[in-house]
Amino acid sequence: MLDLLADLLTRATTKGATAADAFVVEAQAFSALVRLGQVDTVKHAREQRLALRVFVGQSVAAASTSDLSRESVGRLVEDAVSLARITSPDELAGLPDAAELAHPPLPDLDLADPTGHDLSPEEKIDLARRAEQAALDFDPRITNSEGGDFSDHRACYAYATTHGFAGEYRASSFSLSVAPVAASGGEMQRDAWYHVTRKRVALDPPEEIGRKAAERALRRLGGRSVKTAEVPVIFDRETAASLLRHLAGAASGPSLYRGASFLLDRLGQSVAAPSVTIVDDATRPGGLGSRPFDGEGLSVRRTVLVDKGVLASYLLDTYTGRKLGLPSTHHAARDGSGVSVSTTNLYLAAGESSPEALIRSVTQGLYVTELIGFGVNGVTGDYSRGVVGLWIENGELAYPVEEITIAGNLLDMFHAVEGVGNDLVFRDRTASPTLLIGRMVVAGS
Amino acid sequence: MLAHPERFFEDRFGLTPSAMERLLGSSLAGRVDHADLYLEYRVSEALVLEEGAVKKASRHLSQGAGVRAQSGERTGYAHTDEISLPNLEEAARQARAIAAHARTSAVVSIDRGRQPHDLYSLAEPPLAADLGRKLELLRSVDAAARAWDPRVRQVIASLGSEEVVVLIATPSGLTVGDVRPLTRLNVTVIAEDGGRREIGSHGGGGRVPLDFFLEAERWRRFATEAARQAVLNLAAVDAPAGTLTVVLGPGWPGILLHEAVGHGLEGDFNRKGTSAFSGRLGQKVASELVTVVDDGTLANRRGSLNVDDEGTATGRNVLIENGILRGYLQDLLNARLMGMEPTGNGRRESFAHPPMPRMTNTFMLAGQDDPEEIIRSVPRGLYAVNFGGGQVDITSGKFVFSASEAYLIEDGRVTAPVKGATLIGNGPEALTRISRVGNDLQLDEGVGTCGKDGQSVPVGVGLPTIRIDGMTVGGTQV
Repeated sequence: MLDLLADLLTRATTKGATAADAFVVEAQAFSALVRLGQVDTVKHAREQRLALRVFVGQSVAAASTSDLSRESVGRLVEDAVSLARITSPDELAGLPDAAELAHPPLPDLDLADPTGHDLSPEEKIDLARRAEQAALDFDPRITNSEGGDFSDHRACYAYATTHGFAGEYRASSFSLSVAPVAASGGEMQRDAWYHVTRKRVALDPPEEIGRKAAERALRRLGGRSVKTAEVPVIFDRETAASLLRHLAGAASGPSLYRGASFLLDRLGQSVAAPSVTIVDDATRPGGLGSRPFDGEGLSVRRTVLVDKGVLASYLLDTYTGRKLGLPSTHHAARDGSGVSVSTTNLYLAAGESSPEALIRSVTQGLYVTELIGFGVNGVTGDYSRGVVGLWIENGELAYPVEEITIAGNLLDMFHAVEGVGNDLVFRDRTASPTLLIGRMVVAGS
Repeated sequence: MLAHPERFFEDRFGLTPSAMERLLGSSLAGRVDHADLYLEYRVSEALVLEEGAVKKASRHLSQGAGVRAQSGERTGYAHTDEISLPNLEEAARQARAIAAHARTSAVVSIDRGRQPHDLYSLAEPPLAADLGRKLELLRSVDAAARAWDPRVRQVIASLGSEEVVVLIATPSGLTVGDVRPLTRLNVTVIAEDGGRREIGSHGGGGRVPLDFFLEAERWRRFATEAARQAVLNLAAVDAPAGTLTVVLGPGWPGILLHEAVGHGLEGDFNRKGTSAFSGRLGQKVASELVTVVDDGTLANRRGSLNVDDEGTATGRNVLIENGILRGYLQDLLNARLMGMEPTGNGRRESFAHPPMPRMTNTFMLAGQDDPEEIIRSVPRGLYAVNFGGGQVDITSGKFVFSASEAYLIEDGRVTAPVKGATLIGNGPEALTRISRVGNDLQLDEGVGTCGKDGQSVPVGVGLPTIRIDGMTVGGTQV
């Protein structure tokens, strides 16, 4: 793959590019959905994409193709160079300084599973079947299902630049999920549980995933609205992680230089309660967000984004860094569509309290297990989303709630963090312990 | 640009009709209930203006093929982005493996009944339009948005254009092709005043030529609408929290229908019995003032298709008629398993995805009421005219959609603008509370993208002004 990229970069230079970088991915994917014990859908896929970014002086353009034939690759170069000739020059455009590039040897972050993909389709289908069956068997009120789903994905990524970087790596992922439906007295509720890993053997047992999914669906039965009130709100680990993603979006270079972020000009200022420390660590071995180099060939590192409540760093690539007068934080991400900024393994550092103790500390309040909708304004931080969860009365989870919303402002919410759980687990690229936020408005009946 | 999809794939990849027939025949026919081959060639282009200059331009080519075999409720799907006969044979072998344990049956030959439409033949597709004209358009948008108000700080204008050529072939000998142009102009404005920043955005498009944006200076309206919203929001007060009477303006607020009923009426959820609307055909699910249709046959609309991605001609399908649930949105698989007719709603994001039932353009028919009189009828409530995205939980029926431009109604008059708030309701019940339907049906400008199961497809929505007696509004003002 690196030969392909070297050839492409040479062709781009010949056609008039003054600098260029190129990216290629080759992937294979399989997924099996089993519903009510029967195979529903099985998918096999082979995918590839070759992407080129060219600079002609200070002008830039990008092109990509899924067709790697010689003719199509030639067309790719022509397209990119001709587009770069019509775009306006930007004095800050360009590759990172060569001195900043990651030096070999690139770290081995243990992202691939060389033997995990060896299962036969029948064995993969069986994992999905067992997970779903465990959910169906868990309780007679589990009457239906959207199915159990096993999928695996393996890919090889390579990236090279005209100023000397060339790197490639392999990565694997495996996931198993179940979405059962619980029914009672004419009411239906669906929920789901899943696990994603880079090593197949690290997947939770299918039965455990199925049972957990069933429990989650069952606890939603009998959901009702509540009276509109301002109360403490506890976010479970999954929903708390979504708050980190919103914060990271506002801390990312493209939002900042466009003035479209509620974190603009807040570097070094308090953006959260002192109990909040948020870290992005690209170097976690086996991490779902780990990578051996960033999308521009820079070394990977651990970045403290929020240090005891103070905004300590933005998330920048080379261009957005130059726009803000700051160095890249090595958060460039590269895919077929171009260069962007992304987090890697983002987490909020664990606190001291058990989730049970956080719930016990609330007299009247809301425990959030699912959020729906897109009511998050990254420019102002205004936040308003639909909620599914459980109502807390006198320190106990009392009954399920639905058809309600919570609203506030993300800066106020992070400042109002009154409790951080001790239950951090890296189940996803973004991870958080349970969080208690002192006050939010819950709208209902 | 491309006269004939069949010839296109034959010339480019050497896939003659007889080669495809052989592939589907020998690999699939006689062993499954349905099989098809889907070929796709897609070129897309994006130009982005920010800080007064077009500094980003990109062009992407995607091509590939998906082979599907269905037996009973089972679907085997394999796709490859290398279109060649050996690759397709391998894909067909993988797709068939899924049906290996199934009973043997003859291929069901599907009679589509309807002829494909001709909804978007363009003399000059937007992708082929001159780049210089596109850059000029974006520069004009930038200037118009900035001229609107000195508080406009940032303008991001983007123009996306694509052309997709598809060809669908089944063992019953049917091949049907389509060439699908699509374009969209989007404007985002950041306004700032005294340290407070707000955002506004507007846009539109469809299966239209570039000139669409020049008609009656449509581009200028997109630019000034985005600027107006951003500046307006600088003065927005906190939205109320709790249950209120809600008046929705015409057009894009039709996203209500998309979330509240549209998804819940997709055939797959209803066949599986996992939709809050399962088993409710013929029942009252909305006020008698409400008639909702999904219509894929509107010329040049973003959500329209000549044929769906299984080769079925699209149609005008009545979902709710005077409050009574009349129909579902079907693809071939779910129609067959439910003993119903396919409705031309089998869609997929690309060759990398199997089709499933999806909406096209979903809207409510106009009623009798004067929109201004509807507002005057509300003593206290919320008037919402623009929305961001929405989402629904199909099984519980709970749905949300988030206002990006809304006002208080006090004593029958529209007063202060309020900050964006999420509205939440229950699909089978929310439409029963509609007490007024305006005579001002509008379709949206052509910006909608619907996500389902990880697949995005372009869609349209539409709505007249309506009054809903009681919806939960997720503001912060208790």
